[in-house]
Amino acid sequence: MEIARSFGLMVPELILGGSALILLLVVAYGGRSVTRAVFIGSATAIGAALIFTVSTVTDNVTGAGAEAFGTQFSADSFAGYAKVLIYLAAMACLAIAPAFLKRFDALRGEYAVLVLLAVMGMGLMVSATDLIALYMGLELNSLAAYVLASFLRDDQRSAEAGLKYFILGALASGILLYGMSLIYGFTGTTSFDGIAAAISGEISTGALFGVIFMLVGLAFKISAVPFHMWTPDVYEGAPTPVTTFFATAPKVAAIALLSRVALDAFGDQVFAWRQVVIFAALASIVVGALGAIGQNNLKRLLAYSSINNAGFILIGLAAATVQGLSAMLVYLAIYVVMSLGSFVAVLMLRNGQGEQLETFDDIAGLSSTRPLMAWCLLILMFSLAGIPPLFGFWGKFVVFQAAVQADMVLLAAIGIAASVIGAFYYIKFIKVMFFDEPVDRATGKATPASWAILIGSAILVSPLAFLLARWLGNQADTAAASLFLG
Amino acid sequence: MIQTIAFYLFASIVIGSGVLTIMARNPVHSVLWLILAFFNAAGLMVLVGAEFLAMLLVVVYVGAVAVLFLFVVMMLDIDFAELRAGFMQNFPLGIAVAIVLLAEILFGLGAISAGPIELGTADGSATPVLGQSNIENIGALLYTHYAFLFEIAGMILLVAMVGAIVLTHREQKAVRGHQNISKQNQRSPDEAIVMRQPSIGQGIDL
Repeated sequence: MEIARSFGLMVPELILGGSALILLLVVAYGGRSVTRAVFIGSATAIGAALIFTVSTVTDNVTGAGAEAFGTQFSADSFAGYAKVLIYLAAMACLAIAPAFLKRFDALRGEYAVLVLLAVMGMGLMVSATDLIALYMGLELNSLAAYVLASFLRDDQRSAEAGLKYFILGALASGILLYGMSLIYGFTGTTSFDGIAAAISGEISTGALFGVIFMLVGLAFKISAVPFHMWTPDVYEGAPTPVTTFFATAPKVAAIALLSRVALDAFGDQVFAWRQVVIFAALASIVVGALGAIGQNNLKRLLAYSSINNAGFILIGLAAATVQGLSAMLVYLAIYVVMSLGSFVAVLMLRNGQGEQLETFDDIAGLSSTRPLMAWCLLILMFSLAGIPPLFGFWGKFVVFQAAVQADMVLLAAIGIAASVIGAFYYIKFIKVMFFDEPVDRATGKATPASWAILIGSAILVSPLAFLLARWLGNQADTAAASLFLG
Repeated sequence: MIQTIAFYLFASIVIGSGVLTIMARNPVHSVLWLILAFFNAAGLMVLVGAEFLAMLLVVVYVGAVAVLFLFVVMMLDIDFAELRAGFMQNFPLGIAVAIVLLAEILFGLGAISAGPIELGTADGSATPVLGQSNIENIGALLYTHYAFLFEIAGMILLVAMVGAIVLTHREQKAVRGHQNISKQNQRSPDEAIVMRQPSIGQGIDL
């Protein structure tokens, strides 16, 4: 009965894994003619997994009732919240990919299957309550991501991005594994509950090393400074739909994973990891803001923006309270919408020959030639900068509020000061679009799916979204509470 | 006592050869150091009583490394004449390494007969050893308690396989050159063979 109950708890993963296997066979036998069907099938599978996950978010599912296969997998509300974000982001990324890949003659069904498997890996990551399960999920996601990064294999930049991501990702995995082996060596168990029980009280130096190494490995995955070097290169080189994917779903998964490790396995050892997280948060905010200033390539700029945002998200984790975690989850949801919208906008910038436009020169005066796109971007950029009437402000507000409530006024103050630096390049974006001489390069022709996602995300971060703030906050509170109680 | 000495011997050689793996300029040497590191890691496994893992390490890694070695040799442009030139020079060193390995084997055998190593006091929270052989224990855990993770490992390998095919497989556009028998039959020796007698130092125009 135990096994049946366990399978019952991981229905979303079973759906994703099963449909990935079936669709892989369909691709293998059907060839190019079934590609579109495979994309639709993958999106449907993710949608089905989404339906089965939603109920775990709204009900407060926590503790032993949510645990499957001993203590290896937990389908609690926290995992549910992260999974919903991941699934929605992944569906959006699947919707924008076919048109792009078709132009590069790389439209193959394997893309959708790899996304599906990556999503399954992310689901396992956010549900993992065991070191081995954590690593399995992480590798399933990462391996699929390496392949996706170099999916345009004839494009040198894409191949370079894949290789770079692979080598640095393998290094980070090695560091993470080393930390995990130290933790296992000093606690004698791989389950998070067991680790928390074994290292209660004074933490030994060896276990402390393990904690730090694990944090380093995970910081790489969320591209927090000082482990962010790969981000601009990989984001720039990877095909834009893949970059959109990288900036949204895997970020959510890695951050949820990091929170669970920090607050579940090492929840009693806050002092052991708090300094590291605070440093990474502030360094990410500052480096993300300063690094972006000199960039001319929009994808690189948005990569620095995602580093910057990772810093703000980590502030919520550094608070190490239920409010902090809940604020972090709210910020994460808003961040996913904002980065989805801005990357999709970059994806839609194409000239008459169908080539991608990626620099500031190409969007000069966009407001007079393509007003709708420019206004959507204006909302997204102001929101990323955290200008008050927009929803991005709310995310920053709750995070800083949580930090202040946790007696970390200095951290919040430095964070707010540094976010002003970040505002510079977001506003530069708007200045170039609205006040520079129009060049009229972008045609504005894009698929209905891209337009829908761009306009939808612009609406979701507009002042209207404050109507959702309470609802979103409640969901995040439930999710955060389930991690703390569980 | 002898186990402790054997442990430090194996451990220091693992670390030393690991360092040399990444420091060696010659890729072939790197691979050889790697093999040494694996063998010594296997020795460590034997010391803690995990003889099945030790065998697995040797069979899988040293076997896989042999393939890697072949690839390195085949794909890199290595001047073997130069390598062989140093053979006599390095002969004493080679003998020394062989003696070290032999000593290790003897040490290892002696250490096993003296019982397992005490690595520290266990805190008692780990799963107790069931008193069966390694293979039975691993099998019993892997296919029951860790069955879920075992299946996920299968998915990871599937992703690796799909990825390798996606990135390298190219659909054959043109049919490969088939044998054209009539064309072959039409060739006569007069057209196919050209006799030249180039003077020394001069090339020929074809």
